[in-house]
Amino acid sequence: MGARTIAGVAAVRLVNAASRLSGRGSGTVAGGRAGLAVAPELLAELARGRRVAVVSGTNGKTTTTALLRAALASMGERVATNATGSNMPAGHVAALVGEPTAHLACLEVDEAYLGRLVDEAQPEVVVLLNLSRDQLDRMSEVRMLAERWRTALEGVATTVVANADDPLVVHAASAADRVVWVAGGLEWRDDAGACPACLGPIHFAGEGPGWSCQSCAMARPDAGWVLEGAIASSPRGSTRLALAIPGDFNLRNALLALAAADAMGVPIDLAGASMGEVVDVAGRFVERSLGTTTVRLMLAKNPAGWSALLDTVAHDDGAVVVSINARTADGADPSWLFDVDFSMLAGRTVVVTGDRWRDLSVRLRYAGVPHQTEGVPTAAVALAGAQADGRVDVIGNYTAFRDLLEAR
Amino acid sequence: MSALRIAVVYPDLLGTYGDTGNGLILERRATERGIVAELLLCRSSEPLPAADLYCLGGGEDGPQVLAAERLIADGGLARAVADGAAVLAVCAGFQIIGASFPDASGVVHEGVGLLDVVTTKGTGARCVGEVAVDPDPSLGLARLSGFENHSGVSTVGDAALGVVRAGRGNGTDAGTEGAFRGRVLGTYLHGPVLARNPDLADLMLRWATGRDVLDPLDDRAEHELRAERLAAVGC
Repeated sequence: MGARTIAGVAAVRLVNAASRLSGRGSGTVAGGRAGLAVAPELLAELARGRRVAVVSGTNGKTTTTALLRAALASMGERVATNATGSNMPAGHVAALVGEPTAHLACLEVDEAYLGRLVDEAQPEVVVLLNLSRDQLDRMSEVRMLAERWRTALEGVATTVVANADDPLVVHAASAADRVVWVAGGLEWRDDAGACPACLGPIHFAGEGPGWSCQSCAMARPDAGWVLEGAIASSPRGSTRLALAIPGDFNLRNALLALAAADAMGVPIDLAGASMGEVVDVAGRFVERSLGTTTVRLMLAKNPAGWSALLDTVAHDDGAVVVSINARTADGADPSWLFDVDFSMLAGRTVVVTGDRWRDLSVRLRYAGVPHQTEGVPTAAVALAGAQADGRVDVIGNYTAFRDLLEAR
Repeated sequence: MSALRIAVVYPDLLGTYGDTGNGLILERRATERGIVAELLLCRSSEPLPAADLYCLGGGEDGPQVLAAERLIADGGLARAVADGAAVLAVCAGFQIIGASFPDASGVVHEGVGLLDVVTTKGTGARCVGEVAVDPDPSLGLARLSGFENHSGVSTVGDAALGVVRAGRGNGTDAGTEGAFRGRVLGTYLHGPVLARNPDLADLMLRWATGRDVLDPLDDRAEHELRAERLAAVGC
């Protein structure tokens, strides 16, 4: 380590200690920022000599990172990871400083920072999940992101584990020298209607997994890794995935994590078994008590996230609270509510809340979903609980979910 | 009487910002009044059908260029407007129905030419945020609220939709937002714009049905939302 790197690491630790003392949380991101200010090359220095896996995509990053981390840890080694979801370079620096001796790292990265992480951390494996509309006031539009991913992956010595079902991901991953294609599913097709290469119409086969461009040669690659029920099959053998976390979309996330773990040398039976032990991903999918109400807390922050929840939410008939904010981390424009098919909630007791409950209330009116309104989230949960034997589903976007997770 | 036909134009290319919601809102506001309405989602690979009201939404640069080319080649939108159809065009859709607009690299593309609007590449920061607009008095609308997200700057020869009170609107020094001519109206406002501004939705329905008066609806939730968003920008 050079003198500047040592100073950078010291800065991370100092700021972390200071923010712990002042009660401002663990301070990892603040520490990471301070370290990068002192030593701009800190991320590259900290990653050097480690075997790094990187996970990116619009939806499922945090869960897939947790699953892959568990699979890598099954080899008996420590794994550095940014489990708190701080997925920009300051968060990566903090995660690596926090685990100085770990030879393995499993990092979730914000879609817009994938190129920088690939450059600096030189990952052994990059997992690409999906790309769809999210936080359009902050993020680039999705086609632009796909182009930037493509440029970042051109000619790098990395194995890209990519979702063959998402045309935008396929366009980006095809630039890499070595790609492992996985049947990762696509919950939301409305950002993939125009070919990412030539803008021609993409034709999706009815129920099957196939898709192809009607104007150029773009088509779904053959995926070596597929799911049949809960059985993951691959050219490397098959294994049963028995996950503790719910939802078909999480099975597909696990399939991508499994392929990535295999690429990192983890035997797939061992990887599959250790992923089954993941029960809590940053508070998602767990039941908790809020006052006298038992809540099942779920995160859905964009149209694709809502589509992924369909198999979990649509078959239930209990009370549901939906909480929507539009703070910086959520995106300031909740227009996307009109891209969500809220008719899935019809027939349930629905209470809307969050900073932007009025936007949601108008949206539900036009979806024909009767609902009650209560601006204070904890009061909304109590209101719903009183009408549903004390058990409710709560679905929030990013900061709305976080606030309810931390609510007492 | 035949059904009121509401066409959402090319949601596969111009569907990025929730603007498809405008079509849904128009359909429901018609239906709630007993007006039989049909919502058509018109994909770019198919000929544009005849309709009474067309909605165009926002989209990314590449798809925007393709949408303009297809609309010009198809010819159906211009024909329908000549026959009296109404149009609500938002953001990229607004630029497309003007005379010309630039792509990401600055190359100028021909628009459908329904409005006298020339869009050029903005030189400053992208226009992103809440917008409040005092509409042209002839439209008889309350102050409009919306959310803009665009980099193009539009110079308007037709009447502007209104004067910007907060936000950037067309992005020129004139301080205007949107444009209209006859029954064709363009704006940069998302939200979707008709969710926040029910009287604009009803103006489009009056244009499309030829009715002077529509039955009132219970719009308390919409008025509260509009007031909240206007208050957020001090208007």
